[in-house]
Amino acid sequence: METTDIGLWGVPLAMLGGAIRVSTPFIFVSLGEAITERSGRINLGLEGTLVFGAMSAYAVAVMTGSPWLGLLAAALAGLCFGLFHGWICKFPKVNDIAIGIALMLFGTGLAFFFGKPFIQPSAPDLPAIPFGAWSDIPQVQAALNVNVLFLIGAALAVFLWWAFRNTRIGLMVRVVGDSADAARAMGLNPNTVRLLATGVGGALAGIGGAYLSLYYPGSWTERISSGQGLMAVALVIFARWNPLGCFAAALLFGGAGALGPALQSVGVTEGYYLFYAAPYILTLIIMIATSSRSRTLAGAPGELSITK
Amino acid sequence: MADTASSPDVRTILDAGGYRAALEWTARRAETFIIPLAALVVGMALFSLFILAVGKSPVQLYETMWRGGFGSWFSIQNSLSRGAPLLLAALCVALPARLGLVVIGGEGAIVLGGVAAASIGVGLNGAPSFLVVLLMGVGGAAAGGIWIGAVGALRHYRAVNETISSLLMAYIAIALMNHLVEGPLRDPASLNKPSTQPLADIYRVGNIPGMEVHWGLVVGILACVLSWLLIEKTRWGFAARIAGGNVRAAQVQGLAVGPLIVGFTALAGGFAGLAGMLEVAAVQGSANGSLAAGYGYTGILVAFLARHNTLAIIPVAVLLGGIDASGGLIQRRMDLPDATVLVLQGMLFIVILFSETFYGRFKLFNPDLWQRSS
Repeated sequence: METTDIGLWGVPLAMLGGAIRVSTPFIFVSLGEAITERSGRINLGLEGTLVFGAMSAYAVAVMTGSPWLGLLAAALAGLCFGLFHGWICKFPKVNDIAIGIALMLFGTGLAFFFGKPFIQPSAPDLPAIPFGAWSDIPQVQAALNVNVLFLIGAALAVFLWWAFRNTRIGLMVRVVGDSADAARAMGLNPNTVRLLATGVGGALAGIGGAYLSLYYPGSWTERISSGQGLMAVALVIFARWNPLGCFAAALLFGGAGALGPALQSVGVTEGYYLFYAAPYILTLIIMIATSSRSRTLAGAPGELSITK
Repeated sequence: MADTASSPDVRTILDAGGYRAALEWTARRAETFIIPLAALVVGMALFSLFILAVGKSPVQLYETMWRGGFGSWFSIQNSLSRGAPLLLAALCVALPARLGLVVIGGEGAIVLGGVAAASIGVGLNGAPSFLVVLLMGVGGAAAGGIWIGAVGALRHYRAVNETISSLLMAYIAIALMNHLVEGPLRDPASLNKPSTQPLADIYRVGNIPGMEVHWGLVVGILACVLSWLLIEKTRWGFAARIAGGNVRAAQVQGLAVGPLIVGFTALAGGFAGLAGMLEVAAVQGSANGSLAAGYGYTGILVAFLARHNTLAIIPVAVLLGGIDASGGLIQRRMDLPDATVLVLQGMLFIVILFSETFYGRFKLFNPDLWQRSS
């Protein structure tokens, strides 16, 4: 691509574009995890779901030629993983965190197993909308080339924020998450609600994976995920289980993740690997700053094991 | 009751009691062996179905796996070599687990332990070899210990979830290693694979006499045995087991839970750091990207399979080392992807965790529920 020299302005611009590009998988995984955690369970296996979603989306897109069918396949695969987590965790003494770690390993293993033949062929991309077409500076055009999934993610965040407060289903999920006993008293079965909440969470994580392989970086490799599925879990805690907060935090993380490549694009290569660690360091700092020994986190679902 | 004492029945009752006590003793302990073994068998059976579903023969697979892992002296040594770092990596999970913490970022401690050991070995070039190797071990363990100890401190003093923080710190550690071996510590001669300067031969850790297995295996087994003694036979271990059962109760009893958590996590990280030092000193000869080979993650599986019993870690680590070692053979002989081993590991992990639900469910293992024989 032809580049116009815009000097250091390239850094914030590349970070904005990067934030939009990099944040999309974070948005989907964290919204999915927010639904699951609001119901009182934690699913660390979303990392594996993300990788398997990326593989299945790519494979189906290669075979059918349609990225949308790939997206659907990823969502269905994620749903299966989520439902499995939700089902197995209903048994007494089965630890949801440990099952998540196991599913992380299993999902990644399955994705590598079936993904081998799809490393070479190329799949059609998910479409993007060129919001930067008004500008004739290529960097601006590149930064504002926004994928439709980002817009869907943004709309979904607003919808979930509204739905948690104003719908019957939102209330059911919240009650189950805050007190299983209260939910039982209301005639709800906590295990069923959690099963469905984890299933939906898995489906959203699968969509996040589809974005990785079908748009950015846009190919299937075994290194496609760099822990987005796990960071999203931390991000949900930081966002206080609020879908709008998840969206904002995902943008922040995307921006931090884009810092290294953005600096590289203007010729700063010193300490590249340290900038690569920026999102992890940021997550850790935020977790330290917002946690406290003496009080439970505001907005934390009462049944959630991770905040106790 | 003086009459009954002299009656002839007493002896038989007492004998029956002794026999019965032995039976009860066996039954109570059998549970911890039989349930994991049954889970292992079920996991392997499920994996057979998976292999059938992709059109291969499970019999051939397990035969190949046996041959690649344990079929010959050569493959046994290979399995032991791969099991050695897993022993230490599993301790990094099992020790905090006894306190009720799920630490999964051992990979970070391994990587930093390796980098610390390599820089000590290169920096002290020329000093007596026993001293340098000792300092490399201490340095590697210290680096890993500080890293995971910080996770424990954050957990206790700031209530930061240890599972997530340890994993984030593993990513940070790997980035730090990449920065160091590509930048300040890079040996200009290492072109394709950025590495630190190679260790002098006298600072390398060699093989156990008569075997093609390095001393790391002995270090790992010793670490497992010492950890077992620490947990089962010392008052710190006793305190840790109480705190692992119920933190509140431990605090009410006046136990210093904070130092206990920081101490156990630091020790756990120290073992992982030692694994990194051994990878550098016995296998790689320098610190490079190969340090992040996934031992930390397989170690999680080993620890959970062993149910965080540090003695049980020894056979489980060798078993998983063997499965790992057979991966190449499975790939060549059966035309299956190398991720086959990963799928098997994932399945075993899930089944083992699921088997937790069966503890205390079977009457057979619980003599209190046995019906009194008339």
